[in-house]
Amino acid sequence: MSTRLSTAGRLIDTAKPIKFSFNGKTLQGYAGDTLASALLANDQLLVGRSFKYHRPRGVVAAGAEEPNGLVNLGSNGTFEPNQRITTTELFDGLSATSQNHWPSLEFDVGSINTHLARFLPAGFYYKMFIHPRPLWKHVYEPFIRQSAGLGKAPKDRDADTYEHFNCTVDVLVIGGGIAGLAAAAEAGRTGARVLLIEQTAAWGGRAVVDQPTIDGQTAADWVTTTLAGLAAMENVDIRTRTMGAGVYDHGYVLAYERLRDHAPKASGPRHRLWRIRARQIVTATGAIERPLSFAGNDLPGVLLASAVRDYAVNFGVGIGDRTVIATNNDDAYRTALALHDAGLQVPVILDARAKGGGELADQARAKGIRVENGKAIASVKGGKRVTGVSVCLQAGQGAVLEEISCDCVAMSGGWSPVVHLWSHCGGKLTWDEAQAMFRPNNDRPPTGADGEAMVIAAGTANGHLYTAEAIADGWSAGRAAAHAAGFTAKPEAIPDGSDVPELPLTPVWMMPQGAGYDLRSKSWLDFQNDVKVSDVQLAAQEGFESVEHAKRYTTLGMATDQGKLSNINGLATLSGALNIPIPSVGTTTFRPPYTPISMGAIAGVARDDLFQPIRKTPISGWHESNRADFEPVGQWRRPYAFVHKGESVHDAVKREVTNTRTNVGLLDASTLGKILVKGPDAGRFLDMLYTNMMSNLAVGKCRYGLMCSENGFLMDDGVVARIDDDTWLCHTTTGGADRIHAWMEDWLQCEWWDWKVYTANLTEQFAQIAVVGPKARQVLEKMGGMDVSKEALPFMQWADGTIGGFDARVFRISFSGELSYEIAVPASQGRAFWDALLSAGAEFGMMPYGTECLHVLRAEKGFIMIGDETDGTVIPQDLNLGWAISKKKDDYLGKRAQERSHMADPNRWKLVGLETLDGSVIPDGAYAVAEGMNPNGQRNTQGRVTSTYFSPTLGKGIAMGLVLHGPDRMGEVIEMTKGDGTYIKARIVDQVFYDKAGEKQDV
Amino acid sequence: MLILECPYCGVHADETELAPGGEAHLKRFGPGSDIDDFEGYLFMRENPKGLHFERWRHAYGCGKWFLAARCTATLEVFGTYPAQSAEPPQSIKDAITAKRPGWSWRDFA
Repeated sequence: MSTRLSTAGRLIDTAKPIKFSFNGKTLQGYAGDTLASALLANDQLLVGRSFKYHRPRGVVAAGAEEPNGLVNLGSNGTFEPNQRITTTELFDGLSATSQNHWPSLEFDVGSINTHLARFLPAGFYYKMFIHPRPLWKHVYEPFIRQSAGLGKAPKDRDADTYEHFNCTVDVLVIGGGIAGLAAAAEAGRTGARVLLIEQTAAWGGRAVVDQPTIDGQTAADWVTTTLAGLAAMENVDIRTRTMGAGVYDHGYVLAYERLRDHAPKASGPRHRLWRIRARQIVTATGAIERPLSFAGNDLPGVLLASAVRDYAVNFGVGIGDRTVIATNNDDAYRTALALHDAGLQVPVILDARAKGGGELADQARAKGIRVENGKAIASVKGGKRVTGVSVCLQAGQGAVLEEISCDCVAMSGGWSPVVHLWSHCGGKLTWDEAQAMFRPNNDRPPTGADGEAMVIAAGTANGHLYTAEAIADGWSAGRAAAHAAGFTAKPEAIPDGSDVPELPLTPVWMMPQGAGYDLRSKSWLDFQNDVKVSDVQLAAQEGFESVEHAKRYTTLGMATDQGKLSNINGLATLSGALNIPIPSVGTTTFRPPYTPISMGAIAGVARDDLFQPIRKTPISGWHESNRADFEPVGQWRRPYAFVHKGESVHDAVKREVTNTRTNVGLLDASTLGKILVKGPDAGRFLDMLYTNMMSNLAVGKCRYGLMCSENGFLMDDGVVARIDDDTWLCHTTTGGADRIHAWMEDWLQCEWWDWKVYTANLTEQFAQIAVVGPKARQVLEKMGGMDVSKEALPFMQWADGTIGGFDARVFRISFSGELSYEIAVPASQGRAFWDALLSAGAEFGMMPYGTECLHVLRAEKGFIMIGDETDGTVIPQDLNLGWAISKKKDDYLGKRAQERSHMADPNRWKLVGLETLDGSVIPDGAYAVAEGMNPNGQRNTQGRVTSTYFSPTLGKGIAMGLVLHGPDRMGEVIEMTKGDGTYIKARIVDQVFYDKAGEKQDV
Repeated sequence: MLILECPYCGVHADETELAPGGEAHLKRFGPGSDIDDFEGYLFMRENPKGLHFERWRHAYGCGKWFLAARCTATLEVFGTYPAQSAEPPQSIKDAITAKRPGWSWRDFA
């Protein structure tokens, strides 16, 4: 029976009871409890079902390494799955439910899988579901998806807030155990700016549980004294509940602070992501105890020996009345002594070492505890919890010597330093044969920008398991880190720890060492992903010999605990199966974060309005108050259409198109890129950038130009205006402005750096408004000012002047095929000018239009759009734009590429217009099918649609597309896919559907 | 996340301030060039685990392009220098030699 002991726990306050619920049942714990300790105090040993076999699972550990204790926490806006109960602090009103079972935790239908385990070995899914292929999509995948996953995804918006915090420190110390405290104290003494972070709510790590003597005090007193010293240093900051999540390039560290997971009713953000730049990092991250592999080691009631001790000492919780201890080292004897002190029984300590333990073993024997050397657990008895163990010889095959009844098993397979943070950014490991552990290779640390070490491992994380060594190592790490960051102080006394001497451990990777398949197939390595010793051996047998392959084949270490308990045991098992030494097997890659961090913390405040910057034109306010239906274009939001009351968006687009063609429309074109290119070599430069000639453009005139990448592909287009002798204004697409400006700078700075050219991106300096339609001139003439007649300002020219009292630059250019003026005014005048145009245009039926109308107008005229007709694989020649490619120039960007054989291939698909026979609209993305099938059983294709719209002007669907030999096949009818297995017939026609002669724009 | 010093404005710029631009010291081959030369210019890139020369732009700073010599394996930075350099300056070469004696990269050594 798992229950609260009469001896008080170190961390709990029995004067402050707390109510919480688990699976709807109301339970009581105390302030200072974790959810795990509170559940255990209520005899709730069973906390979940395993992933694959749905076996009953209980708490194994007491910290971040816990694989089984994952629950759903909260509800609605605070609901979160996969919360680790050992790191969840108890609070009043906490509500948790268990995961991965149906219909209930106690009775789970899926547990049938455990009886099928023989038929569900490693790689089962790969082997079983690969054939026949068609069954995958409709049968296998939905079935597997149904049973996959542990928790459920939240359905509601996250009600909490999160934030990021940037800081720079000289020395960052990660881990608040004695080594970390010693490091921070020593680094702090030098005057360095120090940040010390600890993932739990309490300081002192394991030392305060086991209470060795430090500097003549108990460890707890030493911790208190040291903390007081740190608090008094102005250059030192200390933070609990803050986990070092990842170490990255050049001293960049992410830390994850849980501000009010333990106090959800408090105000402020829930989590804070610390983005730290540290000159030096000390990883004093401690060590994690390894489980032992014996049959039934996954039953509820089998825990790590250190965890059993933690629950007793920290929380006053006894997991069982009778605890059998299985170990290969001396440390687990401390658990026996602690339980004995708490008044609980330890029927036997099974020490796998033939010669047994040292001084701690003697202490246990002195207390009357039975100690059996060279003995092991053959199997654990019980169903939903431990009822006993059968004992065997470690050296044998598992013949049962005796059965001992118990309700808890505490196991210890030795300790593994937490090397994750050391390894994240390239720190290498070395195999320590004597201690059977991977520890940091201090000769190959992660390096910083100067090529020198930027991380120092300290304490048990550096493989020093003794108190005296760990604390001295922490002290010297702090000193070395401060020194490397440029700070020194006169040395004072090194903290002095004392230890009970221990005998070395004996590596035990299987218990008993000669266990047969029957036992191995019930010995778990990875509790969360249900990987057994036999699975890893099968992987090796089937040729998955690389540790990375074996990991993926078996899923060992791929669960949310990232194999904190299982990795080393798994490696050792693989090493045994392959008969090669452990260091030759190597480890899998450690990747951040150390434990999962919330998505909210990663996002910080970048959500809703702050998700990304929104660029607004000076006229945006008008759009917002006039029913604009917005669409994102790059970081701009542009009106898609202005929807009148009673209209659908589609109706609005039709109205806007018709009104622009018959009266006059108004477009906010301010987002168009406007890049000024100026200097003695500007003409020469633009001749290199554009496929056509720009140097010979006359002052006052405009010319449409194309830009290609060095690969020859069309990347941007726009109208260029010659402003004066050495100045050109280049218009780019809305999305292309910044990119093209950067592109220009790249060539000017990196290739033609001796050319005298300056560029300036003026996009946001001007509001640009297009006045478009047959009555456009009448509107401008009514406003008065400069002469906008055909004679004074012909098509494809520009002029400076005033319109209605506004200083304006007017371009006679048209993207619609109508009489059109694009008028630029200073950005500050944009809104006033827009309003003035609207009021002058009212009598002419002027209406603003959005981007969709713009698209329909240009498609009716057969004008291409970057991003529709182009996709990064299209050259201007494909789009019949050969006329815009200068034959006179020796060179332009993309010219050499366009000479390549594939670019000159007559079989490239070319642009044509497409018209359905029945007047309907071809679906977006439709392909033109050709005869026959390809080797994948799909129809062959001979083209695809690039733009497709309903044309209100023509009253039918129109489209442009790239078609094999298209321009030579005018009038031919081809079939286009509709996406539902049927086809639509379309005729190949000229791409210009409206005003083929181009008369309307040139009036 | 790397930190590189912009040789123009002197700022020790965080990687988030920078835009990467691929390999440095490429020679452009234009119209009339041999197909192999052109292929090399357009597509063939060094991919070393070790010393590398790269183009970076201080995109959210002064806007200037610059070049960096660094080790892709250890993340050590040997130095940054202006983009208007046909080859790494001697000081950068010396800094590399000090740490990686006998180094070579394409035509440089």
